[in-house]
Amino acid sequence: MKTVINNYIREEMFPNMWCPGCGNGIVLGAIIRAIDDLSWDKDKIVAVSGIGCSSRITGYVDFCTMNTTHGRALPFATGIKMANPDLKVIVVMGDGDCSAIGGNHFIHAARRNIDLTAIIINNMIYGMTGGQYSPLTPTGKYGSTAPYGNIDQSFDLVELAIAAGASYVARGTVYNPRQSTSLIKNALDKKGFSVVEIISDCPVSYGKMNKMKSPADMLKWIKDITVSKKVWEGFSPDEKKGKYAIGEFLSKDRPDYTELYEEIIKKAQERGGNK
Amino acid sequence: MKQEKLIEVYQNNSVKISIRREWCKSCGICVEFCPKDVLVPDNQGKPIPENIDACIKCSLCELRCPDFAITVEGVEEKDE
Amino acid sequence: MNNLEKKKNIKLLQGNEACAEGALLAGVRFFAGYPITPSSEIAENMAFKLPKIGGKFIQMEDEIASMAAVIGASIAGLKSLTATSGPGMCLKQENLGFAIINEIPCVVVNAQRGGPSTGLPTKPSQGDMMQARWGTHGDHPIIALAPSTVNEILTLTIKAFNLSEKYRIPVILLLDEVIAHMREKVEIPAPEDIEVINRKKPTVPPEEYLPFKPDEDGVPPMANFGEGYRYHITGLIHDHKGLPTSNSQEIDAFIRRLHNKIQKSIKDIIIYQKYSLDDANIALIAYGSVARAAERTVKLAREEGLKVGLLKLLTIWPFCFEEVNKLAQQVDLIIVPEMNLGQMVLEVERAAQGKCRVVPYGRVDGELINPIEILGKIREEIRK
Ligand SMILES: Cc1ncc(C[n+]2csc(CCOP(=O)(O)OP(=O)(O)O)c2C)c(N)n1
Ligand code: SF4
Ligand code: SF4
Ligand code: SF4
Ligand SMILES: [Mg+2]
Repeated sequence: MKTVINNYIREEMFPNMWCPGCGNGIVLGAIIRAIDDLSWDKDKIVAVSGIGCSSRITGYVDFCTMNTTHGRALPFATGIKMANPDLKVIVVMGDGDCSAIGGNHFIHAARRNIDLTAIIINNMIYGMTGGQYSPLTPTGKYGSTAPYGNIDQSFDLVELAIAAGASYVARGTVYNPRQSTSLIKNALDKKGFSVVEIISDCPVSYGKMNKMKSPADMLKWIKDITVSKKVWEGFSPDEKKGKYAIGEFLSKDRPDYTELYEEIIKKAQERGGNK
Repeated sequence: MKQEKLIEVYQNNSVKISIRREWCKSCGICVEFCPKDVLVPDNQGKPIPENIDACIKCSLCELRCPDFAITVEGVEEKDE
Repeated sequence: MNNLEKKKNIKLLQGNEACAEGALLAGVRFFAGYPITPSSEIAENMAFKLPKIGGKFIQMEDEIASMAAVIGASIAGLKSLTATSGPGMCLKQENLGFAIINEIPCVVVNAQRGGPSTGLPTKPSQGDMMQARWGTHGDHPIIALAPSTVNEILTLTIKAFNLSEKYRIPVILLLDEVIAHMREKVEIPAPEDIEVINRKKPTVPPEEYLPFKPDEDGVPPMANFGEGYRYHITGLIHDHKGLPTSNSQEIDAFIRRLHNKIQKSIKDIIIYQKYSLDDANIALIAYGSVARAAERTVKLAREEGLKVGLLKLLTIWPFCFEEVNKLAQQVDLIIVPEMNLGQMVLEVERAAQGKCRVVPYGRVDGELINPIEILGKIREEIRK
């Protein structure tokens, strides 16, 4: 049963470490299929992640890979991309990784519009540490540190990424693997900072605490809370509550940071700067 | 002797479904969301394509499997 | 051309400028940083000079990100530098540990200012010596160098890069506010007169490459990302392949190797200078701007007929245990002047093993220790 997947994974690392039904594996599949569609040279791909269950993704793919520190994947990736702009740099983060401890790096990577693809696996919880609430846990839901329900307001990563200056912003789900694959492919193909949030399931932490017993229950829930961008736009504010729009939200062209820096190099070499 | 990694292959004249049992974690996703109820769980919760003839090769089971444990391939009909 | 005929290139440089100059001579091509006094001039120099030679500069959103970017750029093949001071050094610690565990060469400058916290932004201190050693968590090795003149800043910056590349370890360059901002004449060596060491590359094809399998010297050859060697880097303890391991033998061997690769080469790493120690019965041990004062103290003391000498440390970590131990057997008294309330003196005491009296002399009011007060301390101790 050789599929494209086998051309990109480190087989000795399988079966993967994730719990049965964990969405991380579905996202891994989508990323690999998207890369395969683009027929990129494996030697020129770098995958960088932070810390969390989702971040373990980098251990499973046969590229140059790096499992860095919690929240810091984007600045590591920024250094790599600056040093060698020919490399295709993919960054995979968890919701906590990206939006809590790494929130500042996220908005600044977007502001710089550096040519990285950020894939955020949003299971709405801190999976690895046992189900504490994250900045993307919906208000009212439960976590091991929100035993009475979460009173925090959650971020909308899509709006955050757009406001901060990203070039490409999309949201998919693990229930819709085909759509997710194509969104990831578009993001990879886009010059500049691109963001794809994938709503995912953590049946073990999130599911158990929020009355969803099985992975299938969680996927059904994800199906129920998501609507296409088009439908979403017709919703009243009340109808939008508790729902997530999925699809492509932004795709624009502007020079990325590494291109702009090439201009700096030219200037410095021609004119000598302001000193 | 190195065995062909415990892969079970089920095939009819239009589709081949392979299940890598050592990687399958019995999560139930493929079974639950198969639009044609092709898959049923065995006593370990791993899928068996009992109704393989109903399969429409939508590949959703493969795309949603978190463990790369099930694949669906079309069988080329040979007319020679 | 004969070396003697060569015209010397002498410039009046600020300490931080000399650091930038040294880094460029060592082959730096990437700088990431976040502004902080008294280190900012290093970033400013890098922002100006790096693009002229095709290098890259980036001002990151904080010091955590700067450290991360520097590591990333190094993995992608560029010699990388960052510079900061106390508060920023605190933020760098977690990723500094990442560089240590993954053996990523890079140089981190800490222009020390008074602390804790925001402390004394524009005044010198030596309060970060133990932070340099133990700032990031876990049992780890580190190299830290500490120049005391602007000229030494230049040469030790080159040395820092060389050690970092050779042993695949981050090297900390400890400056302090005084020498970072001081201007002195510096002799800029010609590129052909400088030894520049680059990380060793794998000699095997990608299929055979084990990214964390050490050579005899304990150091694994390093393939840069993008060169056709695909491998994994993780902050988890890893095996020769770079994949996480929970095998206790592998874990033990890994941690021991990290330490041993430095320990084995201690003679190459530890540098110091001796002043008037041959016949001394009293020794001063100092580094950084305090060593300048101590050198002067030796002169003054000798004029009074006191047999005082100075051991000036240029490598702070690993600590020069052996040399201090020998010194303790020779002299009756070691005085350790430092701009803190007793950090280096702890190491000196350990190294002296009770073989002579070891006395601290600390100052923490943000003022530089001056030669006269060290002399006063000597006189006071003699009377005891
Ligand atoms: C600096 C730091 N703080 C805390 C942790 C502990 N920690 C590990 S993973 C994690 C949260 C992971 O959540 P998320 O990013 O959503 O990833 P998931 O496990 O859900 O995929 C935390 C808090 C850490 N490793 N490092
Ligand atoms: S704890 Fe949750 S996120 Fe982590 S592997 Fe298990 S299901 Fe996945
Ligand atoms: S390919 Fe579609 S129809 Fe066939 S078994 Fe898989 S999910 Fe069912
Ligand atoms: S989805 Fe995959 S892991 Fe889950 S039961 Fe089906 S084959 Fe097994
Ligand atoms: Mg999460």
